[in-house]
Amino acid sequence: MTSFWSIWVIVLTLACLALIFGLLVWNLKNYTGVEEGASCGHEFDGIEELNNPLPKWWTYMFFATFVWSVYYLAMYPGLGNFAGLLGWTSSNQGVTSIEESKQAVLNAKENGHWVQLDKEFEAADERFGPIFKAFAQQDVLALADNSEALEIGQRLYAQNCAQCHGSDARGGLGFPNLTDKDWLYGGSPDQIKETLLNGRIAAMPGWEAALGEQGVEEMTAYVLSLSGRKVNQKDADAGKSKFALCAACHGMDGKGSVAHNLPFGAPDLTDNIWLYGGSQRAVEESVRHGRAGVMPAWKDILGEDKVHLLTAYVYSLSQDK
Amino acid sequence: MSQTVASQTEYNYKVVRQFAIMTVIWGIVGMGVGVFIAAQLAWPALNFDIPWLTYSRLRPLHTNAVIFAFGTSALFATSYYVVQRTCQTRLFSDKLASFTFWGWQAIIVAAAITLPLGITSSKEYAELEWPIDIAIAVVWVTYAVVFFGTLINRKVSHIYVANWFYAGFIITVAVLHIVNSMAVPVSLTKSYSIYAGAVDAMVQWWYGHNAVGFLLTAGFLGMMYYFVPKQAGRPVYSYRLSVVHFWALVSLYIWAGPHHLHYTALPDWTQSLGMVMSVILFVPSWGGMINGIMTLSGAWHKLRTDPVLRFLVVSLSFYGMSTFEGPMMAIKSVNALSHYTDWTVGHVHSGALGWVAMISIGAIYHLIPALFGHSNMYSVKLVNTHFWLHTVGVVLYIVAMWISGVMQGLMWRAVNSDGTLMYSFVQSLEASYPFYVMRFLGGVFIVVGMLVMAYNVYRTVTAKSGSLATDANTQMA
Repeated sequence: MTSFWSIWVIVLTLACLALIFGLLVWNLKNYTGVEEGASCGHEFDGIEELNNPLPKWWTYMFFATFVWSVYYLAMYPGLGNFAGLLGWTSSNQGVTSIEESKQAVLNAKENGHWVQLDKEFEAADERFGPIFKAFAQQDVLALADNSEALEIGQRLYAQNCAQCHGSDARGGLGFPNLTDKDWLYGGSPDQIKETLLNGRIAAMPGWEAALGEQGVEEMTAYVLSLSGRKVNQKDADAGKSKFALCAACHGMDGKGSVAHNLPFGAPDLTDNIWLYGGSQRAVEESVRHGRAGVMPAWKDILGEDKVHLLTAYVYSLSQDK
Repeated sequence: MSQTVASQTEYNYKVVRQFAIMTVIWGIVGMGVGVFIAAQLAWPALNFDIPWLTYSRLRPLHTNAVIFAFGTSALFATSYYVVQRTCQTRLFSDKLASFTFWGWQAIIVAAAITLPLGITSSKEYAELEWPIDIAIAVVWVTYAVVFFGTLINRKVSHIYVANWFYAGFIITVAVLHIVNSMAVPVSLTKSYSIYAGAVDAMVQWWYGHNAVGFLLTAGFLGMMYYFVPKQAGRPVYSYRLSVVHFWALVSLYIWAGPHHLHYTALPDWTQSLGMVMSVILFVPSWGGMINGIMTLSGAWHKLRTDPVLRFLVVSLSFYGMSTFEGPMMAIKSVNALSHYTDWTVGHVHSGALGWVAMISIGAIYHLIPALFGHSNMYSVKLVNTHFWLHTVGVVLYIVAMWISGVMQGLMWRAVNSDGTLMYSFVQSLEASYPFYVMRFLGGVFIVVGMLVMAYNVYRTVTAKSGSLATDANTQMA
């Protein structure tokens, strides 16, 4: 805020409060020239007004709020650029990235600023950090058998993952089911942890331009045939002849990138599990326009210790009990 | 009686009658939609998979219908009535007054069509798209011309306190509406706000909170200052109190908007300043309640026999309650618990159903016989029935939302010994379910009350002149 606007805010605020205060004080005494409790002498459609004094308790409340507001505006930010005597801020407002945020936390600490959010994070880390540190020492497979660890993992899941993958972890359109054995990037503890820590970006290109209208329909027929669906055999054969385009990611047999140790996250097309829907229309849409799947990276948001615990929980979901 | 007949020719009652009748009709529509969407929250299948009936489209229809169709029609009716009678002069222009009536009704119909179609600016309480916004500005400025023109033509030296409040409400709503609705149109049905980011949010809630402060508070305080002393037959308690609380109220309210944006990207200084002004605002808000309630000194016994007065006085109690609750909720640490929960919804409805609706209903019950040449309503008993239906409905509604809201706030912040949240969102939703059913039932009570009112109003309006007077005494018992 420029100093002009800062002064503008300060003057308007204080003037508003001062005028109301003055009006209140002025009306404590009777300057109306009419005896207290008597009618003011004007009458509107039969309604008269009495000149009763302001109720005492009401004026006391008024003064109390004035005292409190002056105190509050002296202590906390409120009057334009004046930061308040406590040097308090709610958070590092204005940061635009995780890097900036980290830097701001360090700066605030160095300068002894009271940043409420940072303090709360720090206190929480101090209190709860050791719990997760202890779990992080254990192997994922061991944690997947530890009911206490899984309970905490389930709660972390409910707060951070359920928005996309669902409360029951069965996923939804565009969001993988985590309870089956069909993995896009691999289901080993290390692979799951890598997915959680650094996120994944899957990019299925659109083939409309390369295949043409006829080609998209033929490819769709072939893709559907891979999981045993009844299709027009002529279309499917024509699609098969162009499947080399898809094989780079999905493999020549269409069994997906995991089966071929490829890192693309391309789904298995033969298992009748459909990330974006298995209707002819949905598959055609995928072939025509492509798909973009994004799993966010959780390393900077949750920290490695919590991700470790979450890995164990996610891993446990697809294990037979 | 002869006085009434004489004044009917002097004053323009036609536009008052029109707005008064529409208040009842729009009340039923707006509250009816409210009950329907309350039912959808408990039983989501009730949207029948039809886009026009989804909660997201009907909710703005409900808020617009209740605030701008029901509430604002009541304000038009009473302000036109009060300004004429307390200035002892006819409305400045019959033609312009008639234009405000038909213009306003056209705007309401346009809202009722466009909102279910999904045409929206997506600004809360300002969802209507730019062509309708322009129409609102035109009608509103005309309203100001009629009102202030009448004030200027007054035959008494002073301006009565009710008219200060109506005047403040008319001017401020014009400013709020025009500033907040500034947008760049891209087609006839779509526009984008000229403000961006946190500034847009701040302008929106500067508007949003002052729609509450000036339309739903100052306007209805104007109503209160005429109908409470009139119905009680008592002088206003304190002229000086009305001076202090009027100026303090209008100058503090305009700052209070930021409390809707606590703990957001809004700069800290704006949040604190909004909170400070909101807390001080509590005192002048109560000034109005004190002045209304104390006006009843020496007339308390009338509450036993007069359900119209009961509506007016109970509305003041709800006003006092929600203007205490509001400043408390504006305090950041309380807001941390209450924000985004049903507590906010409960607070709004204790204001809207308790204060705004009850003072309007009381005023309309006072107006209808006066406007149609009767000494009282067709059935005072039915007014009493309405009073109890409405009161029970409001209490059911508010209590349900208080419990549900505080419970949600507590569930959302509860943490385990490991620091993870104790409940997921869907668990708090499951826990809210019984209160959603209770809120729906409260709403049903209120709408049934409104239907009773409509019947009573219909019988009064269509009754032969003088035929209701003799029944009065037997019905009063």
